[in-house]
Amino acid sequence: MTIAEDYQSALNALLDEPVYGLSQSEKKTRLQSVFALLHQHHSQHCTPYHNMFRQPVSHNTPLEQLPFMAVRLFKLFALKSVPDNDVVKCLMSSGTSGQVPSRIFLDSLTSRMQSKALVKILQQFLGKQRLPMLIIDSPDVKGADGKLNARAAGIQGLAMFGRDHTYALNPDMTLNSDAISAFCQRYQDQPVLVFGFTFMVWQHFVSALKTSGITVHLPHAHLFHSGGWKKLEAQKVSNETFKQQLLAVAGISAVTNFYGMAEQVGSVFMECEQGMLHAPVTAEVLIRNPYDLSLVKTGECGLIQVLSTLPYSYPGYSILTEDRGTVHGVDDCMCGRSGTYFTVQGRLPKVEVRGCSDTSSSMGSGA
Amino acid sequence: MDNQQKLQQAFTVALGVQPDAVTDSLQYNTIPEWDSTAHMILIAELENVFDVMLDTDDIIDMSSVKQAKVILQKYDINFA
Ligand SMILES: [Zn+2]
Repeated sequence: MTIAEDYQSALNALLDEPVYGLSQSEKKTRLQSVFALLHQHHSQHCTPYHNMFRQPVSHNTPLEQLPFMAVRLFKLFALKSVPDNDVVKCLMSSGTSGQVPSRIFLDSLTSRMQSKALVKILQQFLGKQRLPMLIIDSPDVKGADGKLNARAAGIQGLAMFGRDHTYALNPDMTLNSDAISAFCQRYQDQPVLVFGFTFMVWQHFVSALKTSGITVHLPHAHLFHSGGWKKLEAQKVSNETFKQQLLAVAGISAVTNFYGMAEQVGSVFMECEQGMLHAPVTAEVLIRNPYDLSLVKTGECGLIQVLSTLPYSYPGYSILTEDRGTVHGVDDCMCGRSGTYFTVQGRLPKVEVRGCSDTSSSMGSGA
Repeated sequence: MDNQQKLQQAFTVALGVQPDAVTDSLQYNTIPEWDSTAHMILIAELENVFDVMLDTDDIIDMSSVKQAKVILQKYDINFA
């Protein structure tokens, strides 16, 4: 079998496992095999990757010894590991003017696997059914010309779980009261899905509702949000406040944050009932000392490295982010899910300030 | 209209392609018209036309016209 075939069969087998069910030792063995194949593939098909990482990687290489790439390299270089003809989608982080966006090149395989992995993870929280969906954004978020910005890509991923997709905001980011009222009237007695980026939900939904006089009552809604707390921290808004206010202004009590990024779409770390973010079977998280990049101990804060089995068309399976986080334990979260669980403490100070919504290139920052 | 014709029309409308492009072998992500955005429009169109509620597994599995028929058969929509 070719590397591509070996990779696909190993990844498909992994996707058939329970999302939060494998013990850490079993999971590591499985992940190491996939990452060894990805390393071979990227070494052969991406010259910059090959030049940066000449060390051998095998299925015995522990996760912490895998090469990792700084997230900003995706802004500096057009990194891809498939022929140009195979690229079906280019995902852009929508930096503000003057910023260079990340460019993530997706082929049909990677795009399909991202969707598949995302669905597996979210099914753990939503079941398989699709619900009427209120999107806390403007329909204008969709980009044209095949280049998809990170916010639109995030919405598109979640949209698979929705039906009758309703945008809650106008193009100028004001509340679309007609759309919201019609949605609430039609669906207030049944489960619905609400999705938006953390800052958008706070600024353009929660805060806007308070001053608008529009009544929203969606007691059976489950709201998912992602994109980072940086702007909310500046306003002293904690996860607890966020949840309290959503209950107060919209009657929404089920609120789930998740951490993920444009550079690893499909690998999302969902917040559990204990407020912990969980690594799914297809991904892992490591925390490194920001000065010497050594691994820190459980309970210590450091830079988050994310590992994902999904990036095949671009060499992004192991990325050192600019986010700070803390691993709190492995396999023993009170919620019962196996694997590594962690929290995010926000962005490393003094790194380049990211685009106008924090969602621009990092689609998440956890609890 | 029989189910085959309804299916062909749903694909034609949702993807904006010519009817004769809708063959069993047509696959997701192999033509620009059938991208992930059009895919969700297609799902909504199929639900309307056949009066079914597709779940998230169906969306992921619907990788070709042929596969769409297999999935719809789960909901008692039969193709001769
Ligand atoms: Zn937990």
